Amino acid sequence: MSHRARQLRVSSLARVEGEGALHVVVRDGEVERADLQIYEPPRFFEALLRGRAYTEPPDITARICGICPVAYQTSAIAAIENACGVVVGGPIADLRRLLYCGEWISSHALHIYLLHAPDFLGYPDAVALATDHRDIVERGLALKKAGNAILELVGGRAIHPINVRVGGFYAAPSQAQLDKLAAQLRPALDAAVATVRWVAGFDFPDLELDHELLAVHDPARYAIERGTTLRRSAGPAFAVDAFSNHVVEEHVAHSTALRARLDGGRYLTGPLARYTLNRQHLSPLALELAAGAGLGIECRNPFRSIVVRAVETVYAVEEALRLIESYQQPEPSSVGVQARDGVGHGVSEAPRGLLYHRYEIGADGLIRSATIVPPTSQNQAAIEDDLRRVVAANLDLGDGPLTGLCERTVRNYDPCISCSTHFLDLTMERL
Amino acid sequence: MKTAVPTAVVIGVGNEYRRDDGIGPALVAALADHWLPGVRLVVSDGEPARLMDDWAAVPLAVVVDAVVCEPSAPGEIHRTDVSLREPADPVVETHAHSAGSHSLGIPDALRLAAALDRLPGRLVVFAVETADVGFGTELTTPVAAALPRLVEAVLGELLANTTERGKPTAATAAGRDVR
Repeated sequence: MSHRARQLRVSSLARVEGEGALHVVVRDGEVERADLQIYEPPRFFEALLRGRAYTEPPDITARICGICPVAYQTSAIAAIENACGVVVGGPIADLRRLLYCGEWISSHALHIYLLHAPDFLGYPDAVALATDHRDIVERGLALKKAGNAILELVGGRAIHPINVRVGGFYAAPSQAQLDKLAAQLRPALDAAVATVRWVAGFDFPDLELDHELLAVHDPARYAIERGTTLRRSAGPAFAVDAFSNHVVEEHVAHSTALRARLDGGRYLTGPLARYTLNRQHLSPLALELAAGAGLGIECRNPFRSIVVRAVETVYAVEEALRLIESYQQPEPSSVGVQARDGVGHGVSEAPRGLLYHRYEIGADGLIRSATIVPPTSQNQAAIEDDLRRVVAANLDLGDGPLTGLCERTVRNYDPCISCSTHFLDLTMERL
Repeated sequence: MKTAVPTAVVIGVGNEYRRDDGIGPALVAALADHWLPGVRLVVSDGEPARLMDDWAAVPLAVVVDAVVCEPSAPGEIHRTDVSLREPADPVVETHAHSAGSHSLGIPDALRLAAALDRLPGRLVVFAVETADVGFGTELTTPVAAALPRLVEAVLGELLANTTERGKPTAATAAGRDVR
């Protein structure tokens, strides 16, 4: 350990999982480029997974993201079980949905209260908000904690859950444990309802974006942890295994992330897409709150994504309580999944958007290839398009205020900039 | 190792898939072999709400994290006894509001915890300078070489904490390993 005098420039303390930057080029008063630079872990994980056992992706891919590990685990498991020709239903499937609800509640509460709300209330950050409105931030943290409680009980722990496996769970919670959890979730439902009413009162800029929307669809319910098709706003739905026929990833020079296009065009996944495409499957309470908050039959205003997240949080808490009430402890807690030569596809709705996994598995049970398409790389073109519009409309601002505006724009999309970035470093070239 | 009323919590912040950023989790793994009654060991991604839950009202919180410095002396360990009245220490300087979901860090967690009365009794941060935080699962040689010194230093903190509290709990265990 050293205490010798030395001038340090601490460029980042920890959280170095990824980096992000925005590079804007303005030529003759016109925005020529607005490149969101992303350095993305999934590419590394795809390589890491090759040659590993087909049972390993749930544990390994959970490490891609600290905020949405369940999404990575769930899409991975769906793809592997698909490759092995196994369909898991019944109580195990219900338990998976319950676990995923925990992640939605936790992630949405974090984004709404600690990241997004300060933008609307004129606070520089959540700390300033907490100083003036401690009770509100406490409510958000209590809501987040309720989500974490689900993750801890069903997943074994809140970050990188360890109880999840191909075929089900290592152990299933008892009814008594879930009853205790339900007692914690009931006040969380009140907090979630209050959250919708709170964010509904924010001022939202008038903005409607025309990106195509894409979301997992389940004909029976609001798609979270699985679905039967992928529904889009400007075209017919397509099967999950046709994902790569429609979504093509392309390299862009400014990013190690691949940028996805849907049949050649930019598109958006996430809360706005889910609400617009699957709204009819929300619960009566969630729909009532959505209507009361001013949401119509679709939502294309990225600033209002905070309202959709709040509505989805209500739905997730309700859904968690419903699943607990109807819980039948699965026995055994997992089904056998035998490896076979094949290819499998899996999708789920991470809090910030659609997450696709594809695995090619050999008869020896080893992974031949892995493809992971995270929501942020799918949304990147839409985010950049939005950024170009924002920069073009605010060229008279100095770099500082413009950076703030760009950050706010990016925050609308709750990006896991590759799980993730911390600082949006804006480089502005005015030519 | 979760105890009902911990006397101390050691929080290893980091990502073991980003080479030297894994020093925090590596420290926690190394301490798992030690008998540390009353001490809670936590691996964390540094998300503020979780940090607050982990350290709130605990007499001593020891946070171990990787730090990227320019210029860098990989493996060098910096200990900071963070003033909880004025947590804007240079080592944990506050960053501007940012865009990502993981954008809040330890400094923000400290400020938020102060606003919400969720601070620990004391906070000691060990920051280990990194050589490589690119993708990979192995610590670099200089950072791996620093791990034994880091373990010793953290055990020393736990020992001192127990001595101050006058209870022969963690001191017994930590003392055995340090001396």
